[in-house]
Amino acid sequence: MVGALASSVSVASSALLGAAEAAAEHGEHAAAVLNGPNSTLKLGWLVVALPFVGWLLTLFFGKRSPMRGAIYGVTALGAGLLISIAMFFQVAGGAAPYHQKFYTFDIGGYEVSTGFSFDSFTVMMFAVVTLISFLVHIYSLAYMKDEVRFTFFYATLSLFTGSMLLMVASDNLLQMFVGWELVGVCSYLLIGHYWEEKPNSSAAIKAFITTRIGDVGMMFGIFVLFFAAGTFDIGGINGLAASGGIKHGILLAGATLLFIGVIGKSAQFPLHVWLPDAMAGPTPVSALIHAATMVVAGIYLVARNFDVFRTAFALGPGGPANVVMIIGTITMLIAALLAMVQDDIKKVLAYSTVSQLGYMVAALGVGAWTAAVFHLFTHAMFKALLFLGSGSVIHAVHSNNMSDMGGLRKEMPVTFWTFLIGSAALAGVPGLAGFFSKDEILHFAFHNHYYAVFGVGLLTAALTALYMTRCVSLTFFGEFRGHGHPHESPRLMTVPLVVLAVLSVTVGSLNFWGMKGFGVWIAYAGEQHVAEFDVVAMLAGTAAGAIGILLGLWIYYWKKAPQGLLDRVAPFRWAHTLLMNKYYLDDLYIKGIVRPVQYSLSKVAYWINQKIIDGVVNGVGVMTRKALAEATYWLDQTVVDGFVNDVANEAGEAGGALRRIQTGKAQQYVAVAVVATAVLVIAVVWAVR
Amino acid sequence: MSNQQVVQVIIFGIAAALIIFGGIRVVTAQNIVRAALYLVLTLAATAGLFVLLLAEFIAAVQILIYVGAVVVILLFGIMLTRAPIGLTPDLDNESARIWGLVAGLVFLGVVTFVLWRHFASVPALELSAPDSGANEALGRSLLVDWVAPFEAVSMVLLSALIGALAMARKD
Amino acid sequence: MRLMSILMLSAALFSIGIYGVLVRRNAVLVLMSIELMLNAVNINLIGFGTWLRDTAFVNAQAFVLFVIAIAAAEVGIGIAIVLAIYRNKASIAVDEVDSMKW
Repeated sequence: MVGALASSVSVASSALLGAAEAAAEHGEHAAAVLNGPNSTLKLGWLVVALPFVGWLLTLFFGKRSPMRGAIYGVTALGAGLLISIAMFFQVAGGAAPYHQKFYTFDIGGYEVSTGFSFDSFTVMMFAVVTLISFLVHIYSLAYMKDEVRFTFFYATLSLFTGSMLLMVASDNLLQMFVGWELVGVCSYLLIGHYWEEKPNSSAAIKAFITTRIGDVGMMFGIFVLFFAAGTFDIGGINGLAASGGIKHGILLAGATLLFIGVIGKSAQFPLHVWLPDAMAGPTPVSALIHAATMVVAGIYLVARNFDVFRTAFALGPGGPANVVMIIGTITMLIAALLAMVQDDIKKVLAYSTVSQLGYMVAALGVGAWTAAVFHLFTHAMFKALLFLGSGSVIHAVHSNNMSDMGGLRKEMPVTFWTFLIGSAALAGVPGLAGFFSKDEILHFAFHNHYYAVFGVGLLTAALTALYMTRCVSLTFFGEFRGHGHPHESPRLMTVPLVVLAVLSVTVGSLNFWGMKGFGVWIAYAGEQHVAEFDVVAMLAGTAAGAIGILLGLWIYYWKKAPQGLLDRVAPFRWAHTLLMNKYYLDDLYIKGIVRPVQYSLSKVAYWINQKIIDGVVNGVGVMTRKALAEATYWLDQTVVDGFVNDVANEAGEAGGALRRIQTGKAQQYVAVAVVATAVLVIAVVWAVR
Repeated sequence: MSNQQVVQVIIFGIAAALIIFGGIRVVTAQNIVRAALYLVLTLAATAGLFVLLLAEFIAAVQILIYVGAVVVILLFGIMLTRAPIGLTPDLDNESARIWGLVAGLVFLGVVTFVLWRHFASVPALELSAPDSGANEALGRSLLVDWVAPFEAVSMVLLSALIGALAMARKD
Repeated sequence: MRLMSILMLSAALFSIGIYGVLVRRNAVLVLMSIELMLNAVNINLIGFGTWLRDTAFVNAQAFVLFVIAIAAAEVGIGIAIVLAIYRNKASIAVDEVDSMKW
């Protein structure tokens, strides 16, 4: 134990020495680093490195360390948070961006560099990620206390955070992609934390594969942009895109492909299906995924490469309707509707996240960069609060279902009040964080004549208020419907809730109308944006929220709504069924994509099998003495009564067709590969003859 | 042909004969330990060929890593899987022999055809003594030109190490 | 000595390796055959490097070193897999390991 601590100290000190050396190399004294106008920005690399160090220490020494290894993650994130806050204040004070190049190597004539770039946007993300992650680390000490694989959980939590920070700090797309993928892997590990139960591991696999579909798009997008711009450098690519140095068609292809990655990662329609299932993971992980890491990665990607997207889709005031805006608008509405009918409290919040991400994407789609980023910022605070609050409730009642909750207001006062504040912030109650950011988005959409986005945004705001009122009513009011005696969670869990609640109330004022706050500090391409005030947008937004809350109270708190409406009125019933089945999207994917692909693949395979493989492979590769018999059989089957049998056996054979070539014998596969290679070589020689 | 060239051709002939003979015995020997020892013969003869082709450093690495490490690992594999030492009749998949032969010969034929078309006219190689400092150039090449792949390979080795440990240990 | 003879030697050794991979039942012997094939590739690379002595001599040797490193990794993993299979099935006959299907 002592050895592990000593080694952690030595690693930390050597890291600090490394910083000093690096500074000395630049001809500066170490002290000068800490005094310059953007001095703490130069420590930014430490914020990225610390979680990775914490990860390694937890992994290797965790089980023999104090607090079963949690100490490393908590310390690393605590230190990272302090540095991030210092950086944040410096950026708010107008520090110039700091660009740190690490290492440049060239592969086959292409120069690939690695490095960090700390501008105000990065620093804001740093503050959000380290803050949420630090609180989650603290919270999990109590929440995960008796859970399996505690140490491994903490190791992965640190790696998750570190990967996100790596992605956020990257100055080039390749390094960003590395962070992006690491985030995906960690989310897979964390969602599947309770892998002993099949649904949980399935959820993890679903999350991984669904986001992977997007990642393929993103990868190709990076390739396209790389070959168009000749560099991975984000600044370089965006500069070229803005100045028209890349042909519009190519830029459009690159941006669209990148956006596919965003759709996967940020759970946009139609790839949003993984996020609600990702609730299988422990609740603190959900808070981290939904607030600070993973899903906001997609938003970050668009915002970071905004010049690419802006030029490709002509975003901005007066621009045409574009795919970013449309996807975002669809997502925010359908997800808000889905949140209405969930019984699982975490799924309500999950769909709420999807909906709010839709808000951000739509905001980016209409060109409201500052509003989108600000919404990301405030949303992180109150969504982390809501998730941690729901975790506190789940911890007390040992169930995810709101039908097992109710009346928890008295037993869990701290959780109740913080959750209420979070819900109010999300619902857009004036004065709280969500109000300001949502108002900014609506205002921008309204003033630039994106009335569809404005209208759907209002509707979504009302729905958001409605489902959050429902959620609070069902959880904290009425009679307790579960078993046992719920009680307030320990301090370790309530203190992060209080911290986040305070932030949820206050951070909105950073972008108070007319104030030189958030929009000036975190400027897009040096373009400062002071929040504007508009009576129509504000009143409309507030009214939508108020209507939603009142409707929610009317139905779920006062219970004045006519009972049994769902049973008696057919359209309501249909709508309810549709929502309960998640628009049948999962079924569509299974029945519309997975099965047909399986089916048609097996059909193709059947054909190939009957017509080609049986002939060629049996003749050359398949190591059985039955080759002749098979060939005769093949002749008999196809030529003589093939037609009759095809019709008769189609259903049965189609399923079994893939099986025949999938013998499982590796040597037969090698034989096929050898024959195929030989055939390929002959074909190439023939072609270039 | 000068005398030197004649000597080179003779040495090459011996090395090639040993390589081919060892190779054939590796895939035909009915005694698994003998197959491993014939593999040593092939690999060592290859090292000799590398010396002839002026790549002494590679020859040394070949001996160290292949003969010293890889074959030892393979022998460990034989030992740990309790393979019968001595004549073992069922080492081959009898019915596959003919198809293996066909596949090997087809491949050889195709490759020979391609090589013949493109490289038959290459003049005899100039095999003078290597310049001093060839190894220095190799080190530079590895750690300057190919440093990124070099680091990547080190990661591959590390993950192979961890993966092998994870797979081979009893849970 | 001609380049062609080196290339032919390499091709022959590679074909022998193919034969071994396809025919041998014992997994360790299959791994040995793969080593033969990798060795054939190395001979090929060195041969070309000696032919293009002015431009590719050093690069070819660097490539061979990479191939050797990969081969070492491959044989380590391979033996680990073989041992795992042996533990589970008490046999390392390659044609009996066919559960990776359907």
